[in-house]
Amino acid sequence: MAPAWLRPGTLPNLKLPSWPWRFTWLYLGLVLFLPLGAISLKAAGVGPAGFWELATTPEAIASYQISFGLAVVASLINGVFGLVIAWALVRCRFPGQRLLDSLIDLPFALPTAVAGLALAAVYGSENGWLGEPLYRLFGIKVAFSAIGVAVAMVFISLPFVVRTVEPVLRSLEKEQEEASWCLGASQAQTFFRVVFPQLLPALLGGIAQGFSRAVGEYGSVVMISSNIPFVDLITPTLIIQKLEEYDIDGATVIGSVMLLFSLASLLVINLIQVWGQRYQATSTAVG
Amino acid sequence: MTFVVPELEIYEPPQPPKGGAHTNLGKKLAAAIIPLTACLYVGLVILAPALSIVVQAFAKGIQPFLDNLTSPELLSAIKMTLITAAIAVPANTIFGLAAATAIARKKFRGKALLLSIIDLPFSISPVVVGLMLVLLYSPSNGVFGGLINSLGWKIIFSWPGIVMATIIVTFPFMAREVIPLLEEEGWEQEEAAKTLGANNWQVFWMVTLPSVRWAALYGLILTTARALGEFGAVSVVSGNIRGETQTLPLFVEDAYKQYQTELAFGAAAVLGAVALVSLLLKFAVELLLEQDKKAQQIKPDA
Repeated sequence: MAPAWLRPGTLPNLKLPSWPWRFTWLYLGLVLFLPLGAISLKAAGVGPAGFWELATTPEAIASYQISFGLAVVASLINGVFGLVIAWALVRCRFPGQRLLDSLIDLPFALPTAVAGLALAAVYGSENGWLGEPLYRLFGIKVAFSAIGVAVAMVFISLPFVVRTVEPVLRSLEKEQEEASWCLGASQAQTFFRVVFPQLLPALLGGIAQGFSRAVGEYGSVVMISSNIPFVDLITPTLIIQKLEEYDIDGATVIGSVMLLFSLASLLVINLIQVWGQRYQATSTAVG
Repeated sequence: MTFVVPELEIYEPPQPPKGGAHTNLGKKLAAAIIPLTACLYVGLVILAPALSIVVQAFAKGIQPFLDNLTSPELLSAIKMTLITAAIAVPANTIFGLAAATAIARKKFRGKALLLSIIDLPFSISPVVVGLMLVLLYSPSNGVFGGLINSLGWKIIFSWPGIVMATIIVTFPFMAREVIPLLEEEGWEQEEAAKTLGANNWQVFWMVTLPSVRWAALYGLILTTARALGEFGAVSVVSGNIRGETQTLPLFVEDAYKQYQTELAFGAAAVLGAVALVSLLLKFAVELLLEQDKKAQQIKPDA
């Protein structure tokens, strides 16, 4: 018998042939589920007590503190400046705007190893363009310190905030602000009471995406960090070190912690998006 | 008789209240502060590092740069990178298009979940991606270790591992670009083609693919750029053997670590140029996408 979509009576409910569907699942299975299964299996093999012990060694905890702590700092810095940049791109007109706009995408396009090399060169305290003056004038050592790691994280996560806030800012209706001014609100009041609440979901979403990316980032950070445990050794580097020392269990456990973190952050980002959409839906319904 | 012509000044708009000039200046300053801050920040964080690559690569002139490019290890790294991309990009393109046609126009429970699963590689750390492959295919510790040993294959510390790592890291790009576009567009054109007797392949090649061509091209550019530049996941599985399993990004790091700074910057400049080209292409495709959208918006009215 002919498949359902070939039968004339059932033409309106066209159904795609199932092979793209099958191929999708096969590919996902090979490329994603199989590796995920492998790490779950190996992590389960360690056992709960062993897992906890390996996940909470002082070395591992120090690396979480460095990775997560610096990623929070980096994504908050980007939250502020990303908002400023998005505002400049949408609401201001100035020479070089196009260039600024395309530079924002560079961290996405530039391979992370190249980014790390470039940052290490610019922020090196001996002869870097920016690192040398910073060291000479303020005694701040950027490259090969925790600050350098934060700079790399800032570099890598900047586009997220700008590119999520920008479209929302662009779609805001100027009338709302005008109404707010007409009702006697000051500029600050208009910004914080009218504009900012509408940008908040996008801003938080961008910060969360940037944070998640910064925590997992390896290529650019490893080049600018001195990779000393308890000082500026990030969790991904620790995983690689464990692998190089043939400590497979240690690597598996810390890798699973990172994996759980990414799943959780994905969930949070999705929730923020859902919240943002609901917020937009109600605001357009009211407006 | 005389006509009284009113003085023109009368029609001037009312002046702003006192202090207007002052607030204007303040406003101008405030207006300038935001773009200035934005430019300064981007200059420090993005532009300066990007420029430093170019400056360092050409620090000793063009000839040494070209000499660096002919280093056999660098050439072999370029070859490895190109081979990897040549396998990973077509595979992911096919997956992306298949996934998009399979998922985009269906409504089913867990669709959002499936889309999140496809996005998963974006949020997993590249190092963890590499680790997962090691745990799966490593001959000594992998889940499939025994099988791979008995078959005599080499996946980890060899090119298949590098290709797989690249595939995992880059597969969401295509699906992600094409799915929203297919969701937006209706079924009507495909239905029409089918009623006119086209088979599935014909519908795909002549209706679906042309309607998403720019988005697919956009996805292709993003996939290629990332495949050429992937570092973290590849570094875990490659073994980093110079002249054999080293890709271009790995070569950059290795040369830098071994104090071959010029070589590192030469290779970085090559990768940077690729990134620049991908940005330019992306920009061009964005323009085309916009034009396409405009053209389609006009259609229903005509």
